[in-house]
Amino acid sequence: MNNALVEIDNLHKYFGRNEVLKGINLKMRRQEVVCLLGPSGAGKSTLLRCINRLEEPTSGRIFIDGEEITRHGVNLNLMRSEIGMVFQHFNLFPHLTALENCSLALIKVRRMSREKAEERAMTMLKQVGLEAKAKSKPRQLSGGQQQRVAIARALSMDPKLMLFDEPTSALDPELIGEVLEAMIKLAEAGMTMIVVTHEMGFARKAATRVCVLDNGLILEDNTPDKVFDSPEHPRTREFLSKIL
Amino acid sequence: MNLRDLYYYFFNPKFFILTLPELLKGLLVTVEIAALSLAFGFLLGLVLAVVRVAIRHAGRRPILKVLNVPIVLYVDVLRAIPPLVTLVIVYYALPFISITIPRFWAAVLTFTVILSAFAEEIFRATIEAIDPGQIEAARSLGLSYLQSMASVVIPQAFKIALPPLTSRLIAVTKDVSLASVIGVADLLKKARAAQSLYANPTPLLSAALLFTLLFLPLVRLSMFLEKRLSD
Amino acid sequence: MESLIYNFFNLEVILKVRYLLWLGLQVTLKLSFLSLFLAILLGLVLAVLRHLRLPLLNALIIVYVDLFRALPTIVLFMLVYFAWPYIGIALPRYWAAVVSLTINGGAYFEEIFRAGIESIDKGQTEAARTLGLNFLQTMLSVILPQALRVVLAPATSNSLELIKTTVLASVIALPELMKQAEQAHGSMASPTPLVMAAIIFLVMLWPLVWLAGYLERKLAQ
Repeated sequence: MNNALVEIDNLHKYFGRNEVLKGINLKMRRQEVVCLLGPSGAGKSTLLRCINRLEEPTSGRIFIDGEEITRHGVNLNLMRSEIGMVFQHFNLFPHLTALENCSLALIKVRRMSREKAEERAMTMLKQVGLEAKAKSKPRQLSGGQQQRVAIARALSMDPKLMLFDEPTSALDPELIGEVLEAMIKLAEAGMTMIVVTHEMGFARKAATRVCVLDNGLILEDNTPDKVFDSPEHPRTREFLSKIL
Repeated sequence: MNLRDLYYYFFNPKFFILTLPELLKGLLVTVEIAALSLAFGFLLGLVLAVVRVAIRHAGRRPILKVLNVPIVLYVDVLRAIPPLVTLVIVYYALPFISITIPRFWAAVLTFTVILSAFAEEIFRATIEAIDPGQIEAARSLGLSYLQSMASVVIPQAFKIALPPLTSRLIAVTKDVSLASVIGVADLLKKARAAQSLYANPTPLLSAALLFTLLFLPLVRLSMFLEKRLSD
Repeated sequence: MESLIYNFFNLEVILKVRYLLWLGLQVTLKLSFLSLFLAILLGLVLAVLRHLRLPLLNALIIVYVDLFRALPTIVLFMLVYFAWPYIGIALPRYWAAVVSLTINGGAYFEEIFRAGIESIDKGQTEAARTLGLNFLQTMLSVILPQALRVVLAPATSNSLELIKTTVLASVIALPELMKQAEQAHGSMASPTPLVMAAIIFLVMLWPLVWLAGYLERKLAQ
């Protein structure tokens, strides 16, 4: 039985003439937490967004839980409903309350009744500590609170995998902590996560693996300690020295 | 011009009361045409806008892009040609190619398609102005394209579209009195008939009053909505 | 299909009526330019007067603007041409049309210019006044030039509407383009002149429609 939840096989992505991903190979097991690090423009976000096909891979294959999601005729909506995504700019639905944000997909995609959906949504909001704000609209919440609602929204769908695209980059410094805390809790509970981030502290603490990307290729793929303390690739050393 | 003439010819109570019942019948017809045209035109415009946006998003199938052309032509032509010209063509010209429509429905059809053209432009602009992150978030949750549009994008676009849409609705509704030109027994036609009959323009003034009473609140509403948006 | 061409695009008919349509077009153009000019002037004057913020004057202007934006233009045409003679104001068709279009257009342009003027920061007026400029100078040299950028898009759109509204003059039998087309339709028993008139309007106005849309998008930046 293939234990890999995510398998990426020779992934290439071109934007016009520009090759952004130059052959990515990655295998990831359940309950692993993978942090994608690297300089700007390395292709980290692009890689993440290929996994739920928000970006279309140019060539290569991606397997989620044994099923190839890059083949023709795959049920995109079904696949996406099992993968949760958290965005840099939250992308909460401004015309809906926090509770409605979390229950919308349950009602529309899973066809749950409103009561069941809201019950589940409430549970998720409790998990991120925001049940008191269930009836608030996004504009009434701070950045950190909005991002936590976004996490709850993704969690409501009970995903196999959670993707985080620079979840704290758009937050004021004092609000970053609450979001990272929520993410750490999630990791400790056993969620399989891929996180694009610049937060090294989080990577050290919560990641089981760190992948360093540069210029469309994976340079390092190892445990956090090994990557931070004894990186193999010279470019990695260069990159780390700039941020640590 | 003297005041007595003004009173006798423009504000004559005798003729006002005499002609009021017929005028109100005409007003009813005006409102009927307006209501039907608004409802259908609004819906048609929304559908066309969603189709046009969907075509743009479906980058993978270039054949679909061809569908855009008839919509663009439809929208541009109907917004450029004066409504009266469109109305006359629908009622007088179409019969020559065997499409004969009774005048009431010719009017409804004309104003429906004209409004739909303006509504399409307004909806399309507002939908395209919605942050693409919204659609991405909805799709990433597993909602289909149509579900994402219906539950997330269109509700937001609608709020923004409301002020320009309302003022356009009012403009088209005012045009409904053009139907009198093709003989529909609306308020204006009744007023003119009464004026001819009694050789007194008071019915026309009465009709003007009724129109003003009908539209003034709408004009104010539209101004109010426009102010609300700029906050 | 052949029926469509024979009826709507009949070459014979086009050749016969082209001069009449040309005459009609000239009238339409004359009417459009004159009314547009007067309506813009009226709207501008009213908007500037409104900026004086004199209560009584303001009330009058507001009544005027509300009234003529609510009243359908065709009703206004009827009033000016058919009703006014009863109280001694008998205008020939052309001038009745000009007056109607100006009164109606002026109300819309007033609102457009008013929005433009009000969008200019109060600080501008304050600065100008402290330099010693009077009201009129402030308006002409400081406020209006800046307001121009803001009003360009809605003013173009409204001008387009006014030109389209000139066809209402056909209802009071002014021989503009639409009326000529109608008469040709009657005498030729063919709808081709109507279609031709529509196409002429299309050719005339489509660039304006596109321009108005372009300006609106540019403004939104």
